[in-house]
Amino acid sequence: MASKKGLIRSSIARKLAMALSALFLLFFLLQHLVINFTSVLSEDVFNSWSHFMGTNPIVQVALQPVLLFGILFHFIMGFILELQNNRARSVKYAMNKGGENSSWVSRNMLWSGLFILAFMGVHFADFWIPELVHKYVEVNPEDPTRYYHELQEIFHNPVKVGLYCLAFVFLALHLRHGFQSSLQSVGARNPKFTPGIKKLGLIYSIMVPVGFIFIALFHYLNSL
Amino acid sequence: MNLTLKIWRQKNAKDKGKMVEYPISGIDGDMSFLEMLDVLNEELIEKGDEPVAFDHDCREGICGMCSLYINGEAHGPDRLVTTCQLHMRKFKDGETIYIEPFRANAFPVVKDLVVDRSSFDRIQHAGGYISVNTSGNTQDANSIPIEKEKADAAFNAAACIGCGACVATCKNSSAMLFVSAKVSQYALLPQGEVEAKDRVLNMVHQMDLEGFGNCTNTGACEVECPKGISLENIARMNREYIKASMSK
Amino acid sequence: MSILDSKIPNGPIADKWTNYKNKINLVNPANKRLIDVIVVGTGLAGGSAAATLAELGYNVKAFCFQDSPRRAHSIAAQGGINAAKNYQGDGDSTHRLFYDTVKGGDYRSREANVYRLAEVSANIIDQCVAQGVPFARDYGGLLDNRSFGGVLVSRTFYAKGQTGQQLLLGAYSAMNRQIGRGKIKMYNRHEMLDVVKVGGKARGIIARNLVTGEIERHSAHAVVLATGGYGNVFFLSTNAMGSNVTAAWKAHKRGAFFANPCYTQIHPTCIPVSGDHQSKLTLMSESLRNDGRIWVPKKQEDAEAIRTGKMKPTQLAEEDRDYYLERRYPAFGNLVPRDVASRAAKERCDAGFGVNKTGEAVYLDFASAIQRYGKEQAHVKGLDENDKNLIIELGRDVVKTKYGNLFQMYEKIVDENPYETPMMIYPAVHYTMGGIWVDYNLMTTVEGLYAIGEANFSDHGANRLGASALMQGLADGYFVLPYTIGDYLSQDIRTGAIPTDSPEFEEAEKTVRDQIEFFINNNGTKTVDHFHKRLGKVMWNKVGMSRNEKGLSEAIKEIKEIREEFWKDVRVPGTADGFNSELAKAGRVADFLELGELFAKDALERSESCGGHFREESVELDGEQKGEAKRDDENFTYVAAWEYKGEPSDAVVHKEKLVYENIELKQRSYK
Repeated sequence: MASKKGLIRSSIARKLAMALSALFLLFFLLQHLVINFTSVLSEDVFNSWSHFMGTNPIVQVALQPVLLFGILFHFIMGFILELQNNRARSVKYAMNKGGENSSWVSRNMLWSGLFILAFMGVHFADFWIPELVHKYVEVNPEDPTRYYHELQEIFHNPVKVGLYCLAFVFLALHLRHGFQSSLQSVGARNPKFTPGIKKLGLIYSIMVPVGFIFIALFHYLNSL
Repeated sequence: MNLTLKIWRQKNAKDKGKMVEYPISGIDGDMSFLEMLDVLNEELIEKGDEPVAFDHDCREGICGMCSLYINGEAHGPDRLVTTCQLHMRKFKDGETIYIEPFRANAFPVVKDLVVDRSSFDRIQHAGGYISVNTSGNTQDANSIPIEKEKADAAFNAAACIGCGACVATCKNSSAMLFVSAKVSQYALLPQGEVEAKDRVLNMVHQMDLEGFGNCTNTGACEVECPKGISLENIARMNREYIKASMSK
Repeated sequence: MSILDSKIPNGPIADKWTNYKNKINLVNPANKRLIDVIVVGTGLAGGSAAATLAELGYNVKAFCFQDSPRRAHSIAAQGGINAAKNYQGDGDSTHRLFYDTVKGGDYRSREANVYRLAEVSANIIDQCVAQGVPFARDYGGLLDNRSFGGVLVSRTFYAKGQTGQQLLLGAYSAMNRQIGRGKIKMYNRHEMLDVVKVGGKARGIIARNLVTGEIERHSAHAVVLATGGYGNVFFLSTNAMGSNVTAAWKAHKRGAFFANPCYTQIHPTCIPVSGDHQSKLTLMSESLRNDGRIWVPKKQEDAEAIRTGKMKPTQLAEEDRDYYLERRYPAFGNLVPRDVASRAAKERCDAGFGVNKTGEAVYLDFASAIQRYGKEQAHVKGLDENDKNLIIELGRDVVKTKYGNLFQMYEKIVDENPYETPMMIYPAVHYTMGGIWVDYNLMTTVEGLYAIGEANFSDHGANRLGASALMQGLADGYFVLPYTIGDYLSQDIRTGAIPTDSPEFEEAEKTVRDQIEFFINNNGTKTVDHFHKRLGKVMWNKVGMSRNEKGLSEAIKEIKEIREEFWKDVRVPGTADGFNSELAKAGRVADFLELGELFAKDALERSESCGGHFREESVELDGEQKGEAKRDDENFTYVAAWEYKGEPSDAVVHKEKLVYENIELKQRSYK
């Protein structure tokens, strides 16, 4: 019987897992944006929120590993599926016009995803790894005011700011398809709500990356 | 008009196959695409060559037998038609037309442009039915009223002709649109509800065994589907599947 | 006394079927497992029969030449399926459906079979709904009905314009269930090329695997042919490209009599031929005649101007149009039966009033329906009823919801917008009422060989009513054959599996192989289609909508000539040991070339006009019905069943006298 494989290995289960991890990351991204955005408004608020996130044991011990797992899962599953999907057609078409029936972003999630992955390497090297070293390797004393300065330092570099902005463009492309795709995968679609969901997806996929770009540019321009 | 055809020729399943170019002239805009191929085949036979093999039967867009990937699209550039309903007036004089079989590992080539779509049949064997005997002793047809909207939605899903354009079009060779259409038809009707859970689990299981790829929601299938089967069916199947696997 | 025994049970007509079922022999479930049945063809009749026989417990082997049973041509039926449910409360009953069918068939069908058909019709709808067939429903959630030509009640169930598709998918789903259980073994892309008789009984078939080219022997205790009609003998028809007579013809050659081959239905509303390249014709549902008005110009010069493109049909004034059906048949108007509407169109076009390039088309005009619906809608919605553009817009919306898919199909093919300019239509070959002769049990003159659906001759007489083909196919497959075949198979419980190494199988296989080898090695100069097209032209011109003695005699001669030339000069490329469509076509056309001659011979013999068979010599000479078809009940109230004797010209006719005990024979009048 089919049910033995059920929710672990079937194609729909994988699709569902992909969608759930995506929805989780969508939520995380929004949360990340909100905290970062406080840096534009007030140094103190940003520092205190960052300090909370960086020292709260629940965030550090429980949520951080979950997030890490979510990110890794989404990428690894994405690659596995892409590989499988690619294998489902060994002989390719001599002439194929994908653009006639689907958007470029929907067909190239792998590439936008890969770029985001590469960017995440940079991002981790900039913030997360120094943060871990600072806290757990060097075991520095707590300093609730250091976050804002660290942020300013990174966004002082024009090359880095450019890279960040470019990455957010790719993020926007990825989200453009990913938002509504993840909802479709969990079965959330009906004629009444879908148009609204699609609009929301469009707003999200533009506003979130624009927000991040704005923050990066804000700090860069302030540093000049 | 005069055209250049680039057609996939492959002797049998084992042969490697290649694209071969054929010039053709005197094509009338009122001809259907398959009638244009008929003309080519008559010429080939008269020259002593083997005609191009392609599947076709009803030639009115309902049997689902004709296929063909024409100029990079399943059933060619027109919308809501099968290849047999595509007319040559959609092409320009002097144009080069690529004609390839529907490609997917689950649709192996039989010969030239003919593919084996029996994987679709096997998915249906796994659960594409309501388990009712054809004894004639069922209850009166009007004893279960069905909301018109639901009946219409079930019909729209049932309109699938099983041609495989969705699979051929999908960058992942996914059969989700096809399978979801059948699952939806029955899931929407009270008669089908009884075994809805087993049906969706078994059909998806078989779909996976056949080696189709995974849906990534590009929506290409819906656009190329000659019967306009909606992506909504895929969402419905996802729901049905999730529901079923929670309890089975 | 004829050698034909129709085996009609005794008793009053309403009790025959029930009494029959009460008395037949049954096979116990354990023994059914020991019995094999072959079903050839998987349309409505074959699909439903295969599923039901497998459910009962028989081992079924089903064959189709398509790549899946779901593609059989039943799928293309548009309009609907009749059933005497009387859901509308408009006075329908089993008897009325029976009466309408016999009358519609111009009193040339067998009463007992038709009554049984009407009797089981209601069951079909119950069955299909239980299977999940999504019939159209009204807002209360109950089943909706529409009306069809030639009857006074609303008894047609439908699923948009795709009723055949939905019913076939229903039968296919029932088959799938049995295939999944292993009770049906399905042979896709297989073509039956001969019936094998052992000890006088049908015990198997020879089939060719169309992919590998292998010739296979399959044995069984009974063989069921559900292989559809032979309309493709005309080359151009609304049948699928692969529809053929081969299975039926091979059965005929093995002793099954072929009944009434000349009864052909020419459907009045098809898209006209656009040129020599045409490969098939497309039907526009009969339901269009509910709202469309059929006309040609009154003056020949106007027709000429339209043909050459100097004038548009919409420019022609109302008084210059000839609504010839309304003129000739004021009572039924545009809704006369199919045969009458078709002949009337031909008559106008032959007289020079045709409206397309070839002069073989008439208009089907929705302008007045659009006006009527538009005004109605404006009234309902309280809008300005004098605003011309608004009326047209509203009217088009109504027409679109009713016939949208047909209009779209028309536009794709003809490249004209039928909302703006009238549709062009012309009659085309659609259905064959004739077929293999069967008795009440649906058994042919070969013991153990059955024929069901369009492949047999029994229910539609000389003309079939709309929406009755689907009914017959499913009635035969679901509800009739499963009983009657059991009675026969009850003798076979101790027979055991039929071996396939007997000399009979040997001989049949050799015949098949010889023919295939002949084709491959013939090295002629002309393609199969070349001959098929020539045959079609002769058939259409001389054995088509209207027939006469001279034309028929010529046709017989010409078809024979074409056949002889075919065998000398046909070219079949490729090899026998693989996929070869031309080889498959060659075998089919070879059989059409024989059937065509028998067809013409039957038409010649029947010098009356009845239903779809119109003999120019047999018309009413005066009175109100002047010029209309004239039946000759005194001399022709019989079924002509032909026995094969070698050449088609040597075929011998056997007559089954048709006895009407329950219905009085009358002249059909639509005036």
